[in-house]
Amino acid sequence: MIQFKAILIRVTKEILRDKRTLALMLLAPILILTLMNLVFNSSTDTKLKIGVADNVPSKIIQSLPSSKVTIHHYPNSLNRAKKIQSDNLDAFVGRSKNKLEITNENEDPTKSSQVKSIFANALLVSKIKELSLILKKTSLQTSTKQTSSNLKIKNLYLYGNSNSTFFDKVFPILIGFFVFFFVFLISGIALIRERTSGTLDRLLATPIRRSQLVLGYLAGYGLFAVLQTLLIVLFAIYVLKVAIVGNLLLVLLTNILVALVALVIGLFVSTFANSEFQMMQFIPIIVVPQVFFSGIIPLDTMAHWVRFISYLLPLSYAGNALTAVMIKGQGLGVITNDWLILLVFLFIFTFLNIIGLKRYRKV
Amino acid sequence: MAKSNHTIASISHISKSFGSKKVLSNITINICEGQILGLIGPSGSGKTTTIKCLLGMERADTGLATIFGQKMPNRQILERIGYMGQTDALYENLTALENLTFFGNLMGISGAELTSTIDKNMALVNLTDSLHQIVANFSGGMKRRLSLAIALLANPDLIILDEPTVGIDPSLRLDIWTQLRTLAIAQKAIIVTTHVMDEAEKCDLVGLIINGEIFALGTPSELKEKFHATSIEEVFLKAEVSSK
Repeated sequence: MIQFKAILIRVTKEILRDKRTLALMLLAPILILTLMNLVFNSSTDTKLKIGVADNVPSKIIQSLPSSKVTIHHYPNSLNRAKKIQSDNLDAFVGRSKNKLEITNENEDPTKSSQVKSIFANALLVSKIKELSLILKKTSLQTSTKQTSSNLKIKNLYLYGNSNSTFFDKVFPILIGFFVFFFVFLISGIALIRERTSGTLDRLLATPIRRSQLVLGYLAGYGLFAVLQTLLIVLFAIYVLKVAIVGNLLLVLLTNILVALVALVIGLFVSTFANSEFQMMQFIPIIVVPQVFFSGIIPLDTMAHWVRFISYLLPLSYAGNALTAVMIKGQGLGVITNDWLILLVFLFIFTFLNIIGLKRYRKV
Repeated sequence: MAKSNHTIASISHISKSFGSKKVLSNITINICEGQILGLIGPSGSGKTTTIKCLLGMERADTGLATIFGQKMPNRQILERIGYMGQTDALYENLTALENLTFFGNLMGISGAELTSTIDKNMALVNLTDSLHQIVANFSGGMKRRLSLAIALLANPDLIILDEPTVGIDPSLRLDIWTQLRTLAIAQKAIIVTTHVMDEAEKCDLVGLIINGEIFALGTPSELKEKFHATSIEEVFLKAEVSSK
């Protein structure tokens, strides 16, 4: 027990002394989250700039929603591509015979599809207007009263509200990712340092149990992971005003679990690295793929075998659980499975680490 | 010069390969209490691997290593061994005291016992004034001395030092050897690897390791006689030539 405590105290002191690493762990995620928040929340209200040739029927132009587009009029004969480039238009609409020709800039495909739906809508609206005019005429002639029900749309949301942005969706996953990333990196590098400086040999030349060493590391870095999670979550709620629907405690516990998993995976992976630089080389292999499979990009549309990969990555369970709690407000019943799987990761890698230390001492 | 025949540690017929490279072949050494054993040899000859096999950090392919009559590797036995590796193996961000406390705790010492042994050993390596200094600010020699103090912390019966006097100035080196002799007189067994030949002269027993084999083993005077040399340095040079 005294050995375990000694490791815990030493790890804690070392982190506290190393101000830069401490700052990396605590402040870097906050900086990145703030920037992401700015980026995603400011780009929601832009209007589409659409150029319209003078031979396009004005009925259709009038049906375009003025809240979403600004319209620039041009004579018909112009070179469309040039106009799009010189006037920075998102699309140019012209007419040849009975067709509307929409030239999209298509630098940003989401804008192209917005243009498509807006025009499809506009066509529909102008047709309905024509139809209702005909209807009115016929009803006047036949003197039967036609009631067209005046339907309007009211949007209701199961999760979030009309102000929900992409940032709200990815935020839970990002928290899990940051916790994973920084703990993974720092714990892995810490063990490499122990190896290269010879302290690991010296540690193992004392009667400490290999399990005490691994658990001491787990406790020491776990402590800072808790601190990091607390800071990120509280910052998000009170400064970035991100809504967390579910139980805050569940969010924290999930992240602590993520941190511990990251810790043991970091320690394990560092066995295969001979220097800090080689540890960095594991980031594109082990950390980055997890981002793709963590739920930031919807997985339902992927091929079955691709989805299978996500079952092997701890961050996908973390993302799942955090989304369930933070966005959907779900409780322990829903996330228990995710927790259990994370625990399995934790146990397997803790065990592998204890075994792995046999490389440096045979008992 | 052996003061008693009570064996502290023994290595018998140990061989070890890393992959296809044979690092140790058929090494047999015995060390009794009160003895200082010096392992000398060119770098890469297998001195450190010999020590690691003895400590149980490496497992020998064949042969047997025992310490205090127990077969190694054995975790409990490590409590009674003071080990200092080739690197200083210190936590640079921590103070000397924090390093000492940490390794002391790992050896199972704490409280007043720890405080008194820290004071004693820091005085021995002449670092009492630097107890609260961060190790990163130490000079190379100071780090080596602190490292030595840590190895001696638990008052071990077997002391294993890999190149203990590298980077230490001559007067302090002399102090350290005087201290090692004092420890030997107190019936401790000490194993030292070294490049410094005049240090080898101070050992009770010298093992010359070349290409993973014990080329010669005996007291300094025995070796000098055997090789018709006037100093261990000459023995070393002659041995290296004849092994080629």
